[in-house]
Amino acid sequence: MKQARGNVFLAGVGGQGILLASEVLGEAFLLGGYDVKKSEVHGMAQRGGAVTTHLRYGPKVFSPLIEPGTADLLVAFEKLEALRFAHFLKPDGAAVVNAQEIMPPSVATGRERYPERIEERLAEVTPNLYLIDALAAALSLREVRAVNMVMVGAASQLLPLPEECYLRALRERLPERVVEVNGEAFRAGRALMAPREAGR
Amino acid sequence: MSVPAREKIVLLSGNEAIARGAYEAGVTVASAYPGTPSTEILENFARYEGVYAEWAPNEKVSVEVAHGASMAGVRALAVMKHVGVNVAADPIFTASYTGVRGGFVIVTADDPELHSSQNEQDNRHYAVAAKIPMLEPSDSWEAKEFTRLAFDISEKYDTPVFLRSTTRISHATGAVRLGEVSGTSLTPGFVRDPAKWVMLPDNARRRHVIVEERMRALATFAEEFDGNRIEWGERDLGVITAGVSYQYVREAFPDASVLKLGMAHPLPSRLIREFAAGVSRLVVVEELDPHIETHVKALGVAVQGKEIIPITGELSTRIVREGIAGEAGPMRPAEGLPGRPPNLCPGCPHRGLFYVLNKFKVTVTGDIGCYTLAALPPLGGMDTCICMGASIGNAFGIEKALGKAALGKVVAVIGDSTFIHSGITPLIDIVYNRGFSTVIILDNRTTAMTGAQENPATGRTLMDEPARRLDLAALCRAVGVDHVYTVNPHDMVRTEAVLKRELFREEPSVIITEAPCVLLPEHRRKKRPVYEVITDLCTGCMACSKLGCPAIEWVPFIPAEAVAAGKKESQKGMARINPLLCDGCNQCPPLCKFQAILEKKE
Repeated sequence: MKQARGNVFLAGVGGQGILLASEVLGEAFLLGGYDVKKSEVHGMAQRGGAVTTHLRYGPKVFSPLIEPGTADLLVAFEKLEALRFAHFLKPDGAAVVNAQEIMPPSVATGRERYPERIEERLAEVTPNLYLIDALAAALSLREVRAVNMVMVGAASQLLPLPEECYLRALRERLPERVVEVNGEAFRAGRALMAPREAGR
Repeated sequence: MSVPAREKIVLLSGNEAIARGAYEAGVTVASAYPGTPSTEILENFARYEGVYAEWAPNEKVSVEVAHGASMAGVRALAVMKHVGVNVAADPIFTASYTGVRGGFVIVTADDPELHSSQNEQDNRHYAVAAKIPMLEPSDSWEAKEFTRLAFDISEKYDTPVFLRSTTRISHATGAVRLGEVSGTSLTPGFVRDPAKWVMLPDNARRRHVIVEERMRALATFAEEFDGNRIEWGERDLGVITAGVSYQYVREAFPDASVLKLGMAHPLPSRLIREFAAGVSRLVVVEELDPHIETHVKALGVAVQGKEIIPITGELSTRIVREGIAGEAGPMRPAEGLPGRPPNLCPGCPHRGLFYVLNKFKVTVTGDIGCYTLAALPPLGGMDTCICMGASIGNAFGIEKALGKAALGKVVAVIGDSTFIHSGITPLIDIVYNRGFSTVIILDNRTTAMTGAQENPATGRTLMDEPARRLDLAALCRAVGVDHVYTVNPHDMVRTEAVLKRELFREEPSVIITEAPCVLLPEHRRKKRPVYEVITDLCTGCMACSKLGCPAIEWVPFIPAEAVAAGKKESQKGMARINPLLCDGCNQCPPLCKFQAILEKKE
């Protein structure tokens, strides 16, 4: 994973703070001396729908989009969305997945069922699966909106930047009054990954 | 690659970069109507010191305001999404004739793939049709540089200039080098010059000749412009490309020769011929229509284009590789997963209205905004959606086609900002031409879909100044609608009663549903209750599920689970309210015949 160029694919549900998470990650890579491009979609696609961000770093990045089968890291804020976009991972890529389940409209209205065995199905795609409870970590900080920075913190354990880059990026990208709680969320995310090994 | 001083390199989205470019070019007047993917351009520009930026009621007005500022000798910017150019086309085509004084740039942000649009028109056609030069950046870096340059071109060649972005430029982020603010050397002031500004036929005829001369001069400029450049590589494959497609080409074929075009109109014919002569296989890679390809073919140059590169949707590295090399590698997305389309937010006031409308079995002509999402199940409450303001004209057309049979059968729904944009004139049509249509204006006090922008009915401006608030009810009365009623759509009983009366009225009527968007900060700050389903009381009738609220979740039962939950074996499931999502709008409790939905105690 620790290398000179890479693709980080973020996926989740509109409202989970994915765009802000990707901004912080992008800023961190810029501070780390990389060329960075990222791409996302706003507007209608955002209203509770599936949201993705493509983040690419390296000495020089051309396309702002990650090709399927080439992501080094999938950062999924929701379990079903992890499965939906797992095909973006390259064969030895890693996935950090928030165990949270958010029902899509067809499930919430009883027309379809939330898919079962997601963890097993993800494990078939990648040997490097890290399932974490980012929501619980955020709630323990009494800030449900900090799920995104917990995820950034967890992802950071698999990315080639020193911690200081993320913390500086947080300070540059967030309003001052929320920097502290988001810093805590970031560290909580890092801690969730520290003692773990892939597959657990 | 030489790396400029680090402190001047920042990460900006394409939209932020365009705003920065306009600022560095010394723009002091900018006007826009919000529309994805263009909205953030003016939101960002408005934050710079010493500028004026506004939300106009629609794109036509924004172009006219910016053109006026240009007449007065300052640099001016008009910004819109691709379909906004349709609205603004009238002044644009004649601004091409008059030319400019201060630099005048029109940004069109196209949306290949229709991420958030009703069509995926290719606005390069407008550059050709209106005889206006068009620059096309391929990333944030160029977005800033080209925006600056566009103002210089505008003044030098006495022409408006189009800057074309696409979603993957506007909403992609990349490095940008910040520069100093320069500007125009003109002295502000309107200089009387009827032959230039008064487009009476005789003047316009002479201006048309000047337009043609200008476009010839710009064609020469295109040959020299360093944004049009050949990157020689191996000669067996040469690709002509522009915009974000350039990035996909570079990624898919790093060794190929590339002619990268930064100017979509006029195209550099000599450069294209030179490039074509230097490669054995020539391909054009461009999103949407064969704009470059048609030009290359008209030069008599053999080229591959749309027979191998799709004409619909956006491109990607994968699509480009597959089109040119015929291979793309395996891709196996998981199948059979429940989709996750966008949805109205929990607590959205629109949901209450559409739930009620569903009871009437009426044809609902719809419009552009968040409420278009009510077309999706389970509400399924919209039958048409065409363009800004079309709901009212469409409803009136249905009425005129069906006559009396349409009474009580058709209703138009339109948002507050959309109504101001393009709904007033069709409402006048209904009154003037003796109609009886019912129009519902969904006033949520913001332009919600694009991320909650101010509009004339909100009482604040883009510069965050207080403004006189447009009174929608008074406006409707002023155009001759005698029956104008305001309801709170969260109160579905009262909303239903008013609808029942007005749908069958043999005169025009307007119902304004008034309740703030849940995304507005003043709403978010409010202390709101959270509701819960009392498990023992829920019979699984699904009445609340029909709202389609994301906070109401259906918990399916197998018979054993039903029994374990103390229910009848036949009960298929029960409802649950997600406390993290519930907005406390109080729409669902009255729908429950069993009083199973109650306010949750702290």
